[in-house]
Amino acid sequence: MSDWKKSVTPMVFPGKIAVPYTWTVGSTLSKFYCELRDNGKIWANKCPSCGTVFVPPKVKCINCYRDPNIWVELPGTGTVESYTIVRYEEPTLHPRKAPFVYGLIKMDGADTCMVHFIDEIEPEKVKVGMRVEAVFSENREGNILDISHFRPIK
Amino acid sequence: MERVAIIGVSQTKYTQNNPLSFAELVYQVTTAALEDAGITISDIDNVVSVSSDFWDGRTISSMAISDASGAYGKDITTVEGDGTFGALYGLMRTLSGSFDTTLVVAHHKGTESNMRGITNTAFDPLVERKLGLDAISSAALQARRYMTKYGLKEEQFALVSVKNHGNAMRNPLALFPMEITVEDVMNSRRIADPLKLLDCSPVTDGAAAVILATEHAAKKLVPPQKCVWVKGVGHCADAFRLGDRDLADTRALTAAAKRAYSMAGIQDPGREIDLAEVYDAFSYMETLWLEGLGICPEGMACEHLERGRFDFTGPLPVNPSGGRLSSHPVQVAGLAELVECVLQLRGEAGDRQVEGARTALAHGVNGMCGQSHCVWILGK
Repeated sequence: MSDWKKSVTPMVFPGKIAVPYTWTVGSTLSKFYCELRDNGKIWANKCPSCGTVFVPPKVKCINCYRDPNIWVELPGTGTVESYTIVRYEEPTLHPRKAPFVYGLIKMDGADTCMVHFIDEIEPEKVKVGMRVEAVFSENREGNILDISHFRPIK
Repeated sequence: MERVAIIGVSQTKYTQNNPLSFAELVYQVTTAALEDAGITISDIDNVVSVSSDFWDGRTISSMAISDASGAYGKDITTVEGDGTFGALYGLMRTLSGSFDTTLVVAHHKGTESNMRGITNTAFDPLVERKLGLDAISSAALQARRYMTKYGLKEEQFALVSVKNHGNAMRNPLALFPMEITVEDVMNSRRIADPLKLLDCSPVTDGAAAVILATEHAAKKLVPPQKCVWVKGVGHCADAFRLGDRDLADTRALTAAAKRAYSMAGIQDPGREIDLAEVYDAFSYMETLWLEGLGICPEGMACEHLERGRFDFTGPLPVNPSGGRLSSHPVQVAGLAELVECVLQLRGEAGDRQVEGARTALAHGVNGMCGQSHCVWILGK
């Protein structure tokens, strides 16, 4: 039985699943995205109990499970805590052509990091500890790409 | 608490483009696990399947393989996550008093889909998903954070890949047994800096099964030498969003490990554990997780690795199977670790047998960059 299987190509059915979704953003992230879209501002929220400042804002504090109901405007600057230079192409996923840089950016005024693109610099020149600032997109639609990217502060 | 034994195990050879269908894979490992235990499907009281609807490309993927797992006429439920978590649920069901025996079976055919597309959908569609992040690029962020925090070098992570691909040379089931050098890893194609091709585990197809039984059922069903006992289990989760945690902080794993050690009565894991199967989806993860497991102080695992502590012939062999770097069937992987630990403790691990193994550790991960961890201690 096993011999004939080596001389044939296994039969496969190619397929693709494309199902539309409309994901509800919810009140917490809606405020974040409205501020980004309408005013080009990055807002965070702060836990009244432990003081942790989250950006993007959270529905509940991950430490205390309290509502982080104190809203704080951030300056939009931060420090690169980590980064990677992505070398592979994945056109259906990546809004950029490789190579490009993802940064894990510790935001000034917040206790958390944001993941976003770092542009306007040669990828090899990005360093941990580098100071960066958010650059906003011209046409903003109310999503994370309203921040076009972060760039080094000159 | 009543003791629970693993009384039967099986796993497939790990391959790419495996010509068997999902159901055929599940049939194969279910039949082989029953044969290993020397029991029949009528001795199985309930089934936990482990699979992912997105990876399988169909919803309610447990129902689709239910008859293949022998679940017709029985209770079947699913865990969508790593096999260690599937086994954990199987353990709970076994301990519930409702079931004497539980079959846990996992299947995965990563080569049928697109790993980057699938893992991108693990990210929040409201935030990070639009950026195009996936398992590799997020791991690269974690690797660099870990390097920065402890002053580690890419060459040190490369040594994990060298060790594990070398270990796979003794495992006839492994996908990529290779004798390679640190230079080979360093010169392999850059994927997402600091990760190179040989720092990343391969997309792999395969399946695995374990049969759990209460002590009284185990004694009735199988000879004592078949039984490997569950000594301790612990699990813990960290924050979902990457930016909400320090990616080099293994606090969730540390908590999971402490629970498992406390249940197993282990005081000094570095000395009392004879071998460990640790979730090395990427080279740096092995050393990071060894620190979280309390086997080395924080930031020290690379140095211990360089001294040979985790070699096959070292005092604490880590991933003697070749690890996930050599074969990485997602979801199956943690269950395969449990299978490996059982074979080692029974003395049936062939060329990769760790001599005198009496206590083994298996560690599984769910979520990006080790969001949650499940730690098992097995013993004779």
